[in-house]
Amino acid sequence: MLGYIFRRVLYMVPTLFGMSLISFMIIQLPPGDYLTSMIATMSDSGQAVDPAQIERLKQIYGFDDPFYLQYLKWMWGILSRGDFGWSFEWNQPVSGLIWARMGSTLVISLLSLLFVWIVALPIGIYSAVRRHSAGDHVFTFFGFIGLAVPNFILALALMYVAYKYLGLSVGGLNSPEYAEAPWSFAKVIDFLAHLWIPIIIIGASGTAALIRILRANLTDELHKPYVVTARAKGLPEYKVILKYPVRIALNPFVSAIGWVLPHLVSGVTITAIVLNLPTAGPLLFRALVSQDMYLAGSFILLLSALTLVGMLLSDLLLALLDPRIRFN
Amino acid sequence: MATLPDDVVLSVEDLCVDFRLRTHILHAVEKVSFQLKRGQTLCLVGESGSGKSVTARSLLQIVDRPGQIVGGRILLGDGETVTDIAALHPDSRTMRAIRGRRIGLIFQEPMSSLSPVHTIGSQIVEAIRLHSNMDKKVARERMIELLRHVEIPNAEKMADRYTFEFSGGMRQRAMIAMALAGDPDILIADEPTTALDVTTQAEILDLIKRLQVGRGMAMLLITHDMGVVAEVADEVAVMRFGRIVEHGPVDAIYHAAMHPYTRQLLASTVKLTHHAEARQPVSALSAEAPKPVLSVRNLGKTFGLAGNTTLRAVDNANFDLYPGENLGIVGESGSGKTTLGRLILRTVEPTTGTVLYRPKDGQEIDVTSLDKKELRGFHREVRLVFQDPFASLNPRMTVKDVIGDPLIVNGLAKGKALEDRVSELMRLVGLDPMGMERYPHAFSGGQRQRIGIARALALEPRIIIADEATSALDVSIRSQILDLLLDIRQRLNLSFIFISHDISVVRYFCDRVAVMHRGRIVELGGAEQICTAPQEAYTKSLISAVPNPDPRDKRMLHRQRFIAPANA
Repeated sequence: MLGYIFRRVLYMVPTLFGMSLISFMIIQLPPGDYLTSMIATMSDSGQAVDPAQIERLKQIYGFDDPFYLQYLKWMWGILSRGDFGWSFEWNQPVSGLIWARMGSTLVISLLSLLFVWIVALPIGIYSAVRRHSAGDHVFTFFGFIGLAVPNFILALALMYVAYKYLGLSVGGLNSPEYAEAPWSFAKVIDFLAHLWIPIIIIGASGTAALIRILRANLTDELHKPYVVTARAKGLPEYKVILKYPVRIALNPFVSAIGWVLPHLVSGVTITAIVLNLPTAGPLLFRALVSQDMYLAGSFILLLSALTLVGMLLSDLLLALLDPRIRFN
Repeated sequence: MATLPDDVVLSVEDLCVDFRLRTHILHAVEKVSFQLKRGQTLCLVGESGSGKSVTARSLLQIVDRPGQIVGGRILLGDGETVTDIAALHPDSRTMRAIRGRRIGLIFQEPMSSLSPVHTIGSQIVEAIRLHSNMDKKVARERMIELLRHVEIPNAEKMADRYTFEFSGGMRQRAMIAMALAGDPDILIADEPTTALDVTTQAEILDLIKRLQVGRGMAMLLITHDMGVVAEVADEVAVMRFGRIVEHGPVDAIYHAAMHPYTRQLLASTVKLTHHAEARQPVSALSAEAPKPVLSVRNLGKTFGLAGNTTLRAVDNANFDLYPGENLGIVGESGSGKTTLGRLILRTVEPTTGTVLYRPKDGQEIDVTSLDKKELRGFHREVRLVFQDPFASLNPRMTVKDVIGDPLIVNGLAKGKALEDRVSELMRLVGLDPMGMERYPHAFSGGQRQRIGIARALALEPRIIIADEATSALDVSIRSQILDLLLDIRQRLNLSFIFISHDISVVRYFCDRVAVMHRGRIVELGGAEQICTAPQEAYTKSLISAVPNPDPRDKRMLHRQRFIAPANA
């Protein structure tokens, strides 16, 4: 088992390397670079552009260097001293920017994941066991709504309700008075009060999807002979279902972890923008628009790494859960 | 409160089970009555759909929805009090205490009747602890004792293994151990050996019978196999369309059956213990024999396994197939018989050896050196019929499309000509051509197998390779299909390679038989000779394990066991 994990981690290295190369290439694809887009913005707003300064910036950042040289410099920085480059737009080191955002992103992501599981598991099991009952139809109805409604519309609607009827300040993760304050008990309470809206919204579609998957999987498993065996032993019905078919129907849940992580980081960008969340999504979006290439590149690299880690985690969990996988 | 006679443990009275379907109510079980007596075995016999499994599951109240017990009583006695199971709520505590504790259940599918993600031991321990308050350690000891009881070698070690590490026979043993965990008074065995090889079947039946007698349990054995019934039953109840049509002691049922259905069932079973009467002597074996249509020489296939081990799936096979001959290939699962069939067709590439085919024009073709296009021509003349009549027909194609498909693919017929050819083929296999626009789901298992045969015949082949072509069929349908194949062979002068694990089918259908064991042909000879006077030790054990449908002459009592030499 340990050897297997070691081998998997080893395989991740070349994959990550390839991904970094491709992500760097993609960022370079659009015509121009950060300077041209900066010049365009400045001219648009009527500011004067000093050609000498432009030339100096070009020198510093090496925009005229060939592609592979820029890439090698960037990679060397990361590998030798953890330097992910400089964000032109923010005028800060990229690593500082990313770490600042990563904390809140991870909290929201993990809580959303937890929310998805806590809601989807019991409903999915109920829907499968009591298929075509009134409850199943109600859940199915809401499930499809959750799948069909775009997240940002749900976000707008919830914000409206929270502001108009509950009198909460919405947007962001803290009320304005706490935004710059140091962490305190009151700030944590305020933080939690803000948290539920993004979690529900980000979790909605995932919950709906997982309910459908679990319902379909469990329906197949419920009629397998081993369920009859368990029942014939004299086990109570809830135990029959939870211990045997649910355990096997859980596999897709676990394999989903792999892509849930990066999805929660990058897939909810629009929602995050609408809700004004200080997460990674909007930052990545801005960086792509303004061709802030080191920031964007580092983000994509980080997402790739997250995907790989997620895949490894889900494979390990699957092996833990299902001996058939473990032995192959 | 009713009372039961002393020796009766369970009495079923006028049991009715209905399935409320969308369009109508299906009476799956109608007014069924029987009694289970201590230390005795009642066999419930019937073909698929007769309601025998539903009856068994009703006794435990585990009939799948929408099935429902709608009438009758199931009285379970324990010496003093009598409980009516039919009146209990399926989820009630009393009912759960009966499951496993009073009534144990074993059923078919040894592949899927145990959870694949829990160890064998933990599943048995669970059953033990449900009905007693043993702590984990004592329960584990008891579990290992049970595993030894069902003759699982290395019980301590095997207890921590998973189902997929067990062979089919081993799984069934584990299942039996689990059914015995609660020390039940009644054992229900629902087709316990149907999915097993004959030699394994004999061992498992042996084991069940011994345990039942040793523990004085009452047993309800459900099967479609009259041979199995004759070996183990004390009493027999014959079921058809949800009713018991005849009920009596085993000897009376076999030797003085009253009901026409019982007689028909017995007749089709007994028929398969002889050589087919309608068969002509095969010219191939006479002196002026024509040249064989197919010659297999030194054919072999080696699969590489994990590590550096290899598996010889087929090892140095040699035989000839003569025109108009039926050659049977028998063996247990894993003996390489299916691989051999595929090697001949080259759907699996052989590692060694040659296959020589002689078409009508008399020249010789080396199948192993054909290129892709020539191979397609060869496949036109050598066709395959599959085992599963349900999975081998595309459910979205009409029967006309299915049967006509080879003709269209090879550009041989279309339009009216195609339709004529399809109706001709359907008549040939005994189907009404009116049905050609219908889809496979509208046909029964036997009819679907006829469709599969018609498809194989569409290109006027010279050889048909039938891989377990009758295994999925009920016994009465099975003999019909075999008769059909014999009839077609005579009319079209075909040769058959008939791959089967079922000795009686091979005996009935084939002229010569090749017995395979671990990839090798261990014996090749005339069908009668192989079945009545086998020479090799393995063949002897195989033949002696086949149940004989006569309770006065139980074959398994003088069964010969074959212990394979290690690394043979």
